[in-house]
Amino acid sequence: MIEYAIRGGKYYWSWIAFLAIIIALGGISYYYQYQNGLTVTGMSKEVSWGLYIGNFTFLVGVAASAVMVVLPAYLYNYKKFKRVTTIGEFLGASAVIMCILFILVDLGRPDRVLNLVLNPRPTSVMLYDFIVLSVYFLLNLVIAWTVLAYKEKNKGYTTWLKILIFIAIPWAISIHTVTAFLYGGLVGRPFWNTALMAPRFLAGAFASGPSLLIISLLAIRRYTNFDPGYDAIKKIGDIVAFAMVTNLFMIGAELFTVFYSAHPHHLEYFTYILFGIKEGGWVYARFVPWMWTSLILGIAAAIMLIVPKVRNEPKYLAIACGIVFISIWMEKGIGLIVPGYIPSQWGPVVEYWPTIPESLIALGVWGVGILVFTVLAKVAIGVTLEGEKIEEEVVEEEEVVEEVVEEVVEEGKEYRCELCDAVFTNLDECCEHAEKEHKIAKASCDMACVEVAPAEKQYKCELCDAVFTNLDECCEHAEKEHKIAKASCDMVCAEVEE
Amino acid sequence: MITRRRFLIVTGSAFAAITLTASQIEKVLAAFAAPAIDQQKVKWGMVIDLKKFNELPPNKRKRVYDVCRDIHNIPVFPNAKDRVEWIWPADFEHTFPSQFNQFLPEEIESLEVPILCNHCENPPCTKVCPTGATWKRGDGIVAMDYHRCIGCRYCMAACPYGMRSFNWRDPRPFIKKINTSYHTRTKGVVEKCTFCVERLEKGMQPACVETSEGSFIFGDLNSLESEITKVLKEHYSIRRKPDLGTEPKLYYLI
Repeated sequence: MIEYAIRGGKYYWSWIAFLAIIIALGGISYYYQYQNGLTVTGMSKEVSWGLYIGNFTFLVGVAASAVMVVLPAYLYNYKKFKRVTTIGEFLGASAVIMCILFILVDLGRPDRVLNLVLNPRPTSVMLYDFIVLSVYFLLNLVIAWTVLAYKEKNKGYTTWLKILIFIAIPWAISIHTVTAFLYGGLVGRPFWNTALMAPRFLAGAFASGPSLLIISLLAIRRYTNFDPGYDAIKKIGDIVAFAMVTNLFMIGAELFTVFYSAHPHHLEYFTYILFGIKEGGWVYARFVPWMWTSLILGIAAAIMLIVPKVRNEPKYLAIACGIVFISIWMEKGIGLIVPGYIPSQWGPVVEYWPTIPESLIALGVWGVGILVFTVLAKVAIGVTLEGEKIEEEVVEEEEVVEEVVEEVVEEGKEYRCELCDAVFTNLDECCEHAEKEHKIAKASCDMACVEVAPAEKQYKCELCDAVFTNLDECCEHAEKEHKIAKASCDMVCAEVEE
Repeated sequence: MITRRRFLIVTGSAFAAITLTASQIEKVLAAFAAPAIDQQKVKWGMVIDLKKFNELPPNKRKRVYDVCRDIHNIPVFPNAKDRVEWIWPADFEHTFPSQFNQFLPEEIESLEVPILCNHCENPPCTKVCPTGATWKRGDGIVAMDYHRCIGCRYCMAACPYGMRSFNWRDPRPFIKKINTSYHTRTKGVVEKCTFCVERLEKGMQPACVETSEGSFIFGDLNSLESEITKVLKEHYSIRRKPDLGTEPKLYYLI
């Protein structure tokens, strides 16, 4: 299977080379940080967690989101998602790799990281976070890889695989909950110390993760032969819309509680992020534009997603998802971590902003994640396309047979019993049926049996509900109005049965 | 074949090994031997008499902070964001935000308040440490194991008082004069006030208490006979953020 990762065209290899450069820059920066210590970052005695932990927190959400496509596909047997589950799971696994790397680059003594295993303390939420993240990573990787291997061999799922899939679903919820508890459980940080933390995290996760998945799927659709199916993408779009509105609702609930009750311990932090605070003649407001940008983007994206016409248009959906992703990255990333430290615990207000080496390291970690995802997605696409080639040959033969049958039926007229909708190929049969079943005399059987003209086929554009009498017209429309290539017009133009 | 040369090498190294092991065992045994003070019975606490302390001249107040830095090999970094501190001065308003109001007498509002680890009875920092590198000892001191700390800084996030410092860079070149009888730390670990455990073991008072000229009182909170409990019984004392339920063992008299 892995051989698909090394078979690629010019674009594939240039993309890999681009990522490799970013990773190399991150690697060099990390070496610099390893030699000089975390002093090269913008973190300080007052703000002791920053960009790394912010990205870690955000990415846990992205990782958890894989479940949003896995859950409907396996739990409700929602077929349209089946094509994208592997990609969703690989996205989850890549996100967990980034999470673990972000923790590693944030550690002061990464050489001692095994102390987590050798000397674990059961009261620490971080220990549980470490456990749930590692297990989640393994679950995703094992499941997605095995599913692909089975697809390649055209085998059904074994029982142990199904069990793993069902474990993975609640597990995805757990990684985000535990990460939220990491912050929410700290009595000394009122900014984080709220029961809403875990629900807010989950809502944000189910908006940002599927957004990224949609963007990836649209990119895959555009640049590869693999078509994830527009139906699946649309459905994930619905999920993003729901989650984003819920997320905004919870932010609103948090803001109301803080500002209306105005408890100073909570108020200070929220004043800092939304309006800035004055201290000793200075106004500290570095995060004010950041938070407002995130909020406004979030609201704009939610409005775009609520309107079905906008949501169902691939181009706008991609833009809305991009905005959701950026907005939540700002808000659930450093927008959530850094303000927890400002103002500091004993008075002075020290602000935070990442330095260049710190940003390069963070970019490098993202590079690793994207590289892993690219390679895994390449394998998934390769295996799926290969499998379909064989399937298509079989399907085509079947279709020929069906067409012949349909033609025969269309030649003769049809009669329908209006009382029970049964269809017959000649009037006599229908009359007999009417007499036997509905006690209607043969003489007056024309009351019950009506001639039906063979239904005219109609095609509907799924994006805007326009109706056409033939497929070509619909395809032309799709190309003109929605920029969808004729070759893939069957995705939007569906036959409507009258 | 046992040659004379081989015989000497074998017996010599065996002898050396035995003596070395014996000296090691002795050290280990000494470490395990019952300490002079029963850790389970005492509960160390500190009282800072702010009025008395503020009556001291500025250079003597500064001595209290300096002596801690000197004996514990605490570095002084050029960049303020890298600061490592165990005890330092703060103002009344921010140390006791819930006790503050606009009509406070001038002499209280302008008090210099030395702040250090509160050695909480319910320390939020030890609870979150994933490796057990920081823990509460039997005598109530919140201690640190610099060899186990992985530098995740979760304890710094958890401490409601901001009393922990991280070694953002290698501290050794920035120590003014190294005290060879005390350890230094490496970059990447968290450190904090330890109530001078190394001095307590020798029956001495913490260094800041000794230099405070009586404005700091240190002792056993479990004993009704100790000076500290008597002082606390006789005076009204306050603690930092008592509403958090951490039960600080550092009291302030105003």
